[in-house]
Amino acid sequence: MKRLTVWICAGVLAAAAGATAQSVQINGAGATFPYPIYSKWFSEYNKLHADIQINYQSIGSGGGIQQVTKETVFFGASDGPMTDAQLKAAPGALLHFPTVLGAVVPIYNIPNVKQELKFTGPVLADIYLGKITKWNDPALVKLNPSASLPGTDITVVHRAEASGTSYIFVDFLSKVSPEFKSKVGVSTAVNWPTGVGGKGNEGVSGLVTQTPGAIGYVELIYALQTRISYGVVENSGGAFVKASVQSVTAAAASAAPNMPADFRVSITNAPGKDAYPISSFTWLLLYENPKDKAQAKVMVDFVKWALTDGQKYCAGLGYAPLPGNVVTMEMSALAKIKVS
Amino acid sequence: MRRRQDLAFRLWTGAFALVLVVVVGAIGFELVRQSLPSIHRFGFAFWRTEIWDPVSGDFGALTFIWGTLYSSVLALVIAAPVAIGIAVFISELCPARLRQPLVFLTELLAAIPSIVYGLWGIFVLVPAVRAVETWTPEVLRHTPLFAGPPLGVGMLAAALVLALMVIPFTSSVAREVLRSVPPAQREAAYALGATRFEAIRAALFYARTGIVGAIMLGFGRALGETMAVTMVIGNNPRISASLFAPQYTMSAVIANEFTEAADPLYLSSLVEIGLVLFVMTLVINSLSRLLIWSMTRSTRSVPVAPAEPMGAAAA
Repeated sequence: MKRLTVWICAGVLAAAAGATAQSVQINGAGATFPYPIYSKWFSEYNKLHADIQINYQSIGSGGGIQQVTKETVFFGASDGPMTDAQLKAAPGALLHFPTVLGAVVPIYNIPNVKQELKFTGPVLADIYLGKITKWNDPALVKLNPSASLPGTDITVVHRAEASGTSYIFVDFLSKVSPEFKSKVGVSTAVNWPTGVGGKGNEGVSGLVTQTPGAIGYVELIYALQTRISYGVVENSGGAFVKASVQSVTAAAASAAPNMPADFRVSITNAPGKDAYPISSFTWLLLYENPKDKAQAKVMVDFVKWALTDGQKYCAGLGYAPLPGNVVTMEMSALAKIKVS
Repeated sequence: MRRRQDLAFRLWTGAFALVLVVVVGAIGFELVRQSLPSIHRFGFAFWRTEIWDPVSGDFGALTFIWGTLYSSVLALVIAAPVAIGIAVFISELCPARLRQPLVFLTELLAAIPSIVYGLWGIFVLVPAVRAVETWTPEVLRHTPLFAGPPLGVGMLAAALVLALMVIPFTSSVAREVLRSVPPAQREAAYALGATRFEAIRAALFYARTGIVGAIMLGFGRALGETMAVTMVIGNNPRISASLFAPQYTMSAVIANEFTEAADPLYLSSLVEIGLVLFVMTLVINSLSRLLIWSMTRSTRSVPVAPAEPMGAAAA
């Protein structure tokens, strides 16, 4: 018994000694969408640098913005860029750094229609406004002449809870349809004019697969992982593009020339013939002049690694990697963070 | 020495009881404090506005109040007869061999986490409800109670899931209440030549305050249930009398939107929804207390009351 106590004491002392030996612990919180890739990065980075431990709580973008504003965490993460008012509320200048890309795809369930359906932005907007209510609406038939679309009602399914996925989707619809912009607008949660709400990607896809005549939208990653088939969407160049890791990266690449210096940019409906139109960055939020310089140095090194070597983990998890031109811009922006 | 020990014990347990009061007070205070921006902005209009638009910053709780009350009342209407039936069977009619397994099963139902009820709701109940809705004759579909497309998710599915979750609570309490009816009551009934049914009716009458209490306990639980409901109710903030229409509840909107609410007014409005729910639960619990209190008082003031149902039974 005594020996056991001695061993435990020794263990605790050793652990304490280990902790003081230059180990750095950083806490962050925010978006749920990039959580799988972030936790992969943090664990891989911990393998390379055993003394660095980065903890991330996926509490949602809104929570991430709040926590980083209150400085209860060192960094935040968000699926939507912070608004000017939110930035003003923060005690210091917050910088946005895109890390990976995501996309949203339309899914549907029409009995006896097995082929891939084509959608345009305005048609999707009209469906979600409740203006197109039947599958054999002339606008849908014109886009899909070879599909035998039935005259059944369209059941609209959207996300029940506030989410980055909804944000990307309504951001796109608001860009292509002035009516959608004025009646619904852009936010993580909106006042949907029609339809039912499913909770999470799984809730939406569950409702769509169960309900004949339903249409919904899910994250590309979720569709790829669960092998749900999804529709193609017309981009601003008039081409019908199927969402894939490549077409999402292409959207970011084509948006790069007009990238604002603070990276707060929506890349939905991006130009370029290969660009998938319902794509978006997800961002890390870092203070330009952080209080804890030791943590700042570690974090900057980590972000550099994530934007370069770390990008190779993206495809395996279904995320689209950043295009090279965006990475170059971010590298110079990272230099602005004061680490000493 | 003895007395001091007693006093210490009394103070010690009293302090624990005080914790309860402090916690309820603190919850109320904090809810009010955090919803002040929303209270200042919308005032009492918050209680009767139907709009919930996070984009334009217009918030009102009416659709959620409606959804919560409607789903809970429906659940109670479905659950109460079933729960009382179970309680009567277990405590009065069931063969002794079956009693323990049945008690165990009701308690098992109460122990299932609500998210499991929700998943079961999505994959089993919702398709079944959709089938019923599709099969509903056209004549009925034109009445306000059954209007709307057959979606499966909606008020009916939510009420059924809620009913299922409420039944074990209500039936457990009702069973205990029935068991506490003095045997003399039943014996007296039999002695007067009552049938089994009449004797049970007398026992139920004797236990009526407790049974009302059991039902109100179920109602309280239905009001606050979140996860299972949000998974099957359709989450659409529109007021409708239709059982088939997707609707929304107060606890569901808080759970769904709280994590992403970054705007102060939006967050404050969500907290105020919590405040509304808190006040409503308080009012409903007080009303049920009053009801039970008035019932017990009336039985006390009429000492011959236990004989009353006998007279009714004989008539």
